[in-house]
Amino acid sequence: MATMSPPTNLWEQVKATLSRGPTGYSFLGLYAAICTWLLLTNPRTSLNTDIAFALFLLLLLIIYRSQVALGFKVALGGVMLLVVLPIFGTLNPFYIDVATQAGIFVALALGLNVVVGFAGLLDLGYVAFFAVGAYLWGILSTEQMTLMNPAWSPVPPIMFYPFIFLGLIVGAIFGVLLGLPVLRLRGDYLAIVTLGFGEVIRVLANNLDRPINITNGSQGIRGIARPPLIFADFVRNTLGLNLDDQQLYQQFFYFTVLLIVLLTVVVVSRLKHSRIGRAWEAIREDETAAIAQGIPLVRTKLLAFAVGASFAGAMGVIFASKQLFINPPTFDLIRSINILAMVILGGMGSIPGVMLGAVLVTMLDLQILPRLATVLRDLQRAGAPIPSAFDPTQYQRLFFGLLLILMMIFRPTGILPDERRKEELVEDQVVDLPLDDGEVDGGQPPPPTQAPPGSGPIT
Amino acid sequence: MAAEANAQTSAQAVRRPIVETLRTVFGPLVQLLLFVVGSAIALSLLVILLSLVQLGARPDLLTRTLTILPQVLIDGLVRGFLFSTIALGYTMVYGVLEFINFAHGEIFMVGGVTGAAVGLFLASIGLLEGMNPLFFVLLVVLIGMIVSGTLAVTVERVAYRPLRGTPRLVPLISAIGVSLVLQDVVRLIMTNSPMGFNARYNAPDFGPPIRLFEMTLGDRPVPIIISPKALVFITAAVIMLIVLNYLVNATRLGKAIRATAQDMPTASLMGINVNRIITLTFLIGGALGGAAGALFGLNVGTVNPYMGFIPGLKAFTAAVLGGIGNITGAMVGGLVLGFLEAFVASYLSLFTNGALSGAAYADIVAFSILILILIFRPSGLLGESTTQKV
Repeated sequence: MATMSPPTNLWEQVKATLSRGPTGYSFLGLYAAICTWLLLTNPRTSLNTDIAFALFLLLLLIIYRSQVALGFKVALGGVMLLVVLPIFGTLNPFYIDVATQAGIFVALALGLNVVVGFAGLLDLGYVAFFAVGAYLWGILSTEQMTLMNPAWSPVPPIMFYPFIFLGLIVGAIFGVLLGLPVLRLRGDYLAIVTLGFGEVIRVLANNLDRPINITNGSQGIRGIARPPLIFADFVRNTLGLNLDDQQLYQQFFYFTVLLIVLLTVVVVSRLKHSRIGRAWEAIREDETAAIAQGIPLVRTKLLAFAVGASFAGAMGVIFASKQLFINPPTFDLIRSINILAMVILGGMGSIPGVMLGAVLVTMLDLQILPRLATVLRDLQRAGAPIPSAFDPTQYQRLFFGLLLILMMIFRPTGILPDERRKEELVEDQVVDLPLDDGEVDGGQPPPPTQAPPGSGPIT
Repeated sequence: MAAEANAQTSAQAVRRPIVETLRTVFGPLVQLLLFVVGSAIALSLLVILLSLVQLGARPDLLTRTLTILPQVLIDGLVRGFLFSTIALGYTMVYGVLEFINFAHGEIFMVGGVTGAAVGLFLASIGLLEGMNPLFFVLLVVLIGMIVSGTLAVTVERVAYRPLRGTPRLVPLISAIGVSLVLQDVVRLIMTNSPMGFNARYNAPDFGPPIRLFEMTLGDRPVPIIISPKALVFITAAVIMLIVLNYLVNATRLGKAIRATAQDMPTASLMGINVNRIITLTFLIGGALGGAAGALFGLNVGTVNPYMGFIPGLKAFTAAVLGGIGNITGAMVGGLVLGFLEAFVASYLSLFTNGALSGAAYADIVAFSILILILIFRPSGLLGESTTQKV
């Protein structure tokens, strides 16, 4: 995905040389060193830093795709994510925030991928579960409690940690509540009903300030609690890093999200290759055949809904705490579409694909569109015929809509298609391939995917 | 589709007697009328009953309920016909392709925006002042129909036709994309034109509200009024429904559409150009949506690029409520849903003493109905039960 391939053979040769053997190791090491150097010497937010940051993300993808020893991959990826990016984050708070956002969306997209990609149930109201988690922590950790009943007081901020699990459970409960009535429906009905459900949750959040003020209506909830910085002394005194509270919180949320993304990847890929995961894929491919194989249809679908929703619920708690402020428009339909676009762009059902999609879409949202906006404004000043009211950051719907249409028409399997489908393709190719004939076009055997789940996070 | 039986009987009769044509055209409308009257009476009785139950605590409730009742019924009719006309587009496309044209709400919106643009243009060249209101209505409806119909056909060509034969989710996702793109493209055009985001719908003066009759409640008279624009909307919607019924149930083209809906491969073996029929279905559905948009914008007074989304969803609900794929069902579903919404919007805050705002919860009612219908009667009010093909 880095550059469009020139003559396939040359590109494939370069790729093969750089992804294995001594050249592979030195290429990766050199690339990583250059990236680190670029990032740490360009801490100011600028186009150069954007490019360096993009190169950094590309590095993670290349590490994942290359065919070097697993230990080397994990070590290099770990150093980049656990050391280089946090240090860069202390120099420039913007990019670590982008990384944290991307992480949150990676987890959300992985959750939606369980529903859409594995089980083939199109859920257009996914953000509702995210909202449930966010409002759960938002309401219970702020003055809203006292507003509801003067005898109640907000839960202490330290309860943040158990609330992540509570968000998980509440999300799953809501998933089951929505799933129970609607999962008997065929796919396209389900899409509309979940969309309606998403709207209902948003309308409720918008209107439940009367008769009892639960959600504070369209004003949103402010001052959501952040967990206490229990590790502050350790970082400042033992590690000797002089960071203020704001920076510590950024680091804290970055590491929390990273941890949760890792856990999510492990859980999701274990699920995918389990009995349940195969049942989901069977349902996706052919419901009738799946029933004939003895798969309990409704229960299996419900499980997919509950698993997907629980990730969203947990991420909602973290999101609310990180943002400090939530209001109903945060959880509108476009956010659901956003997450869906991540899943579709990356490849429905493919875990690395979905992670890549989530990162790309978040980057598009937070970096590329704002950058495009400044470029367009400069062009306008120079006299280019661009409509004055056109601000790309305000036209997300346009970009995501085009993305959805184009992906559906030209590459419905996504950028990194699902492994299981790819395996099927490989089998076909092996049958067709004359042995060891380099001239056969398109016949390169795809790299054996030996990376076990969780080894190559792309975030 | 509604009148499969007619398709068989008319095979023998080359020229059908005029009586039968009338029956196939107006039969569904009688059915529609029955549902309208029935749901209006049922809901009115329900609110009167509810106010009687609460009478002990709040003596004035019955009077207030009765005072607004006729107005609520008129509001319900307007909403109902709005949902009906949009739902027809969903249901026709679904009938033929078994595909939810998610972007249909946006086709409706484009009709409304086009109407407002025509109004603005006429106002800017000074023709609007003295124009006959009915001529104006005819003009905006025609232009709205042409623009929306063309757009619907284009969308089908670009974003749906290449995906025919792929798994169901693929065209649906593409349709969601189309919906988002249309919203923002229209927004881009509107905000870069004199219209602005929330465009005023310029129209000639339709005159004062028409006073239908007066009702005396207690000691003071309550006039029952209807705005001329609402009257125009209802009339136009009824005419469109009649024309569509004629088109689908009494013409060769309609027969081809019904045949395609019933069995596409067989229809194409019988010499029907299926692609042309699909295009025509999108054209008719889009034109109906466009006309509805132009009239609805006129009725409300402003248009904006996002005005089609929620009505589109509700119209889909209406189509499902009536039995998706069934044309009469879409009309019935739209009207029933319109009445329900109007009653919830007006009476919820009255009965809960202002605790719950009716306008906000009307949306929730619509979606709850959708879920309930899908659970208990997935085939809808008028639909036949369908089994999934293996």
